[in-house]
Amino acid sequence: MTTAVAPETDIVPTTVAPAIELKGISKAFGPVQANKNISISVKPGTIHGIIGENGAGKSTLMSILYGFYKADRGEIFIHGKKTDIPDSQAAIRAGIGMVFQHFKLVPNFTVLENVILGAEDGPLLRSSLNKARGVLKQLAAEYELHVDPDAIVENLSVGHQQRVEILKALYRQADILILDEPTGVLTPAEADHLFRILDNLRSEGKTIILITHKLREIMKSTDTVSVMRRGEMTATVKTSETSPERLAEMMVGRKVLLHVEKQPASPKDPVLEIENLRLVDDKGVERLKGISLNVRAGEILGIAGVAGNGQSELLEVLGGYADATGTVRVNGQSIDLTGKHSDGQSRRARGIAHVPEDRHREGLIMPFTAWENTIFGYHRDPKIQSGPLMNNAAIKAEAAAKMERFDVRPPNPKLAARNFSGGNQQKIVLAREIERNPDILLVGQPTRGVDIGAIEFIHQQIVRLRDEGKAILLVSVELDEIFSLSDRIAVMFDGQIMGERLPSETNEKELGLLMAGITDTANAAMPASPMAMTETELQEAAEAEPTSDAEAVPSATEAETAAESPDQEQAAAEEVPPPEPSPAGEDEPVEEFSTAPVSAPDGIPSIDTGSIASLSASIPMSAPSAPPPPTKTEDPEEGDKNG
Amino acid sequence: MDKMPGWADAVLVPLISLILAAILSALVIIGIGEDPIAAFNLMVDGALMRSSGWGYTLYYATNFIFTGLAVAVAFHARLFNIGGEGQAMIGGLGVALACLYIPWPNWYVALLGATVSAAIFGALWALIPAYLQAKRGSHIVITTIMFNFIAAALLNYVLVNLLRPQGAMDPATAKFPEATHLPTFQDMFSTATAPMFRGAPANVTFFLALLACVFVWVLIWRTRLGYEIRAFGHSESAAKYAGISPVKITIVAMLISGALAGMMALNTTMGEAERLVMNATEGAGFIGIAVALMGRSHPLGVLLAALLFGFLYQGGAELALWTNIPRELIVVIQALVILFTGALDNMVRMPLEKLFLARRRKA
Repeated sequence: MTTAVAPETDIVPTTVAPAIELKGISKAFGPVQANKNISISVKPGTIHGIIGENGAGKSTLMSILYGFYKADRGEIFIHGKKTDIPDSQAAIRAGIGMVFQHFKLVPNFTVLENVILGAEDGPLLRSSLNKARGVLKQLAAEYELHVDPDAIVENLSVGHQQRVEILKALYRQADILILDEPTGVLTPAEADHLFRILDNLRSEGKTIILITHKLREIMKSTDTVSVMRRGEMTATVKTSETSPERLAEMMVGRKVLLHVEKQPASPKDPVLEIENLRLVDDKGVERLKGISLNVRAGEILGIAGVAGNGQSELLEVLGGYADATGTVRVNGQSIDLTGKHSDGQSRRARGIAHVPEDRHREGLIMPFTAWENTIFGYHRDPKIQSGPLMNNAAIKAEAAAKMERFDVRPPNPKLAARNFSGGNQQKIVLAREIERNPDILLVGQPTRGVDIGAIEFIHQQIVRLRDEGKAILLVSVELDEIFSLSDRIAVMFDGQIMGERLPSETNEKELGLLMAGITDTANAAMPASPMAMTETELQEAAEAEPTSDAEAVPSATEAETAAESPDQEQAAAEEVPPPEPSPAGEDEPVEEFSTAPVSAPDGIPSIDTGSIASLSASIPMSAPSAPPPPTKTEDPEEGDKNG
Repeated sequence: MDKMPGWADAVLVPLISLILAAILSALVIIGIGEDPIAAFNLMVDGALMRSSGWGYTLYYATNFIFTGLAVAVAFHARLFNIGGEGQAMIGGLGVALACLYIPWPNWYVALLGATVSAAIFGALWALIPAYLQAKRGSHIVITTIMFNFIAAALLNYVLVNLLRPQGAMDPATAKFPEATHLPTFQDMFSTATAPMFRGAPANVTFFLALLACVFVWVLIWRTRLGYEIRAFGHSESAAKYAGISPVKITIVAMLISGALAGMMALNTTMGEAERLVMNATEGAGFIGIAVALMGRSHPLGVLLAALLFGFLYQGGAELALWTNIPRELIVVIQALVILFTGALDNMVRMPLEKLFLARRRKA
């Protein structure tokens, strides 16, 4: 099966052949039809988006294109030639490069070594390395793909690691580039830089396929977009002729409420008071640098921030599984932050429930059944014991009722947790935590890796709990989610609270600056950054953008107008001077962990206020966009259950 | 969700593995010029066809049940306790001290006391590696295997220098008092007209082993502690989230594991030899690993696997006695069974799974 790329046609196309054409691709895993008769055609030199919910079959389709799976039926044409792709080597030979969501890099190799890995010219590396160095230099100049070739990959930021992946593909002479959820792990600035790179690649005639959940990215960067639903390609449209609402509708097959119905909060006394919370991790790095917060009964406090700025640690401390110093009071009484009485059990006893950020690692025991998971963390409750044993019959019955109330599908308590889809897994966690009637609910990334239908439900449940007078601390890296749920927003950066804002009195731009560690938002012109707007421009943009309350339900025309102006947007982007080493970038505190919004020290401007501004100007912040799961792709397990 | 039915996983996979091991063993026997079918018949005849054969098979099985359960409990907490051998040796010391120095009124009180003593000694021997793992991160595999050697050396010293009766030549304790002698199957089941289990070492501790199976099943699947052990075994990060202390679970699981391994010594020391000798464990601690693997860490599976290995032990002894097949070959056959059921598990499972899925797709 190594003889791939078998040209079988001798048709000389009169017009330009599509770079990729799939005809009638079908693929089944057991009883589950992952791809049903999918046909798609992508013109060369365009960016084509593929959007769909978890388990819609996007990744399966791309895996077929990259030779990981063999299609049961269907044909692949590359530049008009029928091509067999039995393995990834064949895909590479056909000029297809893939950038995976989880990078396939050797962490302790240099960039150069990673680039040539598997593409060495001979047993000795020197000549390959030298050649690669030259190619990299050229690519860097051509596409803004700057990476230090001698840097060790594990020392690079996530954004730079992704560039290495793109360089790897280009080094292998890919002219079709597939990116799977490329922005899931990137800071907004990094994501923006990525889209500039993609733009450059497109103008050089490369064809790009972008797989994503994020409607906004699709609207912003693609020329055409295909929507997948339950293994089928439901539509392929020109991006300029559609709107985020229409795409969302096509994704789920029904109209979805993309904003959260909620009444104004009526907060009462503070239930959770945090003073001067500090945490130093195992490596001696201070992760929390004196956090002080209050959460009142009947309100949702949203913590915004780029992942890795201490939000996870904050949840861990409050959830009882990380030691810290400082004071935390629950209903006026302080709780232990270290020692024997600081664990998940004692936190639950004090009325703190916790929906953790990562349900796979923390919230659920994947091989356990659903009913076993519905008591996880509360398994010491005397109510579910009978004598020395657990009262399994009662637990099962209660689990079935909970699953019914939280619309977990399928409502089968005996199914192992790993056999539910992401959204249903999250509902199990939510049912467990909410139904304990806690005083305080900690929620981390409630809709990460959750499909749109479940997002709506989960948001409603959180709001319902608020309306019952509970205090809710919400951590999310999705600004949309923060905006639509929170009654108050605190922004975290580098282990500190940069400021608190009311959603009605702030906007994405201001939060974006706070998330980048710039507190002086009034004077945040960042003159040294080439991408920055002037102060007046910023203010104008701020004024131009309606406050989020006012536009919680943006009119369709508004969104469409925004969507219909990609050309202007592109033109605007082209006017921007090419990035140069920015003094501001170098003066920024360089974060140790890669997700911080500061670039590695190669002079790429780190914080891209201009692009944030232009983005929010072109598509209103709270315009419908599916809060997308940033890290999880559909894994075959998740998408199709119980099939 | 693509999985074959549970029964196929639990029954069919080990069965096919066993058959493969048997075929390979047969080839080896042919290779040394013996008749594999005759050899197999001899094994079955010696181990299963007569009550005295059963008496030996069950005697060995008793050892393997205890050590298999010991490994299984630790497995559930994702701890690989390969120190069952050492824990059983020290458990034997506990049995000997209890039997020699406490004047027991009768055998069942003695058995109770000796059980407690064996369990405590075995558990304490497992405590040190458990503590090192939980608090210091020393890998349990390394520490438990080292503790096997330390246990052997310690036992050697104690037997030679402390417990050996004056003038005795071999490194063993004195005979245990009459009151501590356990009833054998022969005592229990023989009638005046029909002698049963004549001369066989199987004794009342077999029933204790069955009780241990029930105990472990209840512990793992019906108690909070078992729930916590399994949760910790599947995901340490989730356990921390839930407020389950990794230190506590590591130590408690290893204490239970060590106690079960220690109780194995009741069978060999109190039930059979009626004194503590060197090497009373006869390698049962290591066989326990294979038993737990083959039994999928489930008490019922452990019981069945222990019976199988009991059969192999006894049948192997018969072979060595009656044929030219050397004793070493018996070890080869046992090793093949372990290899196929433990190490090469997926070799059978994966094709079988494909087969099932293909059939389901057709349906």
